Amino acid sequence: MTVEIIAAYATALCLLGGSFFILVGVIGLLKFNDPMTRLHAPTKVGTLGIGMLLLASMIHSIVLGAVSVHEVLIMAFLFVTAPISAHFIAKIAIHGRTCDNPPPPPRDDTWSTLSIPKEGRKVAGLPDS
Amino acid sequence: MLRAFYWLLPHPFLTLLLAVIWTLLQNEVSAGMVVVGIILGILIPWATSIWWPDTPKGFRLGRMAVYSVIVIWDILVANVRVAWIVLTVPNAKLKPAWIVVPLELVQPEAITVLAGTITLTPGTVSADLSDEGHSLLVHVLHTDDPDADLAEINNRYQRRLKEIFI
Repeated sequence: MTVEIIAAYATALCLLGGSFFILVGVIGLLKFNDPMTRLHAPTKVGTLGIGMLLLASMIHSIVLGAVSVHEVLIMAFLFVTAPISAHFIAKIAIHGRTCDNPPPPPRDDTWSTLSIPKEGRKVAGLPDS
Repeated sequence: MLRAFYWLLPHPFLTLLLAVIWTLLQNEVSAGMVVVGIILGILIPWATSIWWPDTPKGFRLGRMAVYSVIVIWDILVANVRVAWIVLTVPNAKLKPAWIVVPLELVQPEAITVLAGTITLTPGTVSADLSDEGHSLLVHVLHTDDPDADLAEINNRYQRRLKEIFI
């Protein structure tokens, strides 16, 4: 019985914590006024906010006896895919010049988003044009 | 013998990963499902190896586990720090910055893991790669000392990843 009560409190705490971080992410999304700083908000929601909600779901399922581990997979796929979407939004911001211009890279010519493919230039992974 | 092994299992860790994911998808551990998972884990990398010719040969699983724990801890700490920045720092006082991380890693897999780590730890987003792949562009939400952030990325993540992917 006591285990169930402790688990109920832990579930509630995780739900509250997760909701808090998602709320902070949304506030950040509304508050900041530049695409690049605004991009920082969803990465927060995607990690700790969702993570705590999933943890709550796992604790709940374990106490009920129907052990569910799908949450681990959701977390894993989220961790793999979230940086890719963030990366593409950042690339769009750089490409559309809606953010400050980034400093030039020290060793190469330019950033890949800003580079203009020259005629006949060899691009890694593509056959010679 | 080794060649036969790599012919059958072009990506041994991918095989392991697919088997584990399949078992987790079933939501219960049973011998039959583990066997199906292993079969899928052998068939899928074998069928797709044409599109993925370069196997990252040296990969240290133990160090990767340590690295994952460090990253998860950093995500927790950085989340609280960034939540504090979002709630307390007004827009006018926010000091966003670009930092350029010179890459010592050469394998695409290692660079992907580094970029993913940087994006997952709140406060930093990896934005772009230079055209020849020698530096990584990172956007920092709020920083007083960009050089310190650069040193942290290098010491904490890049140095460890260099030991994982050899």
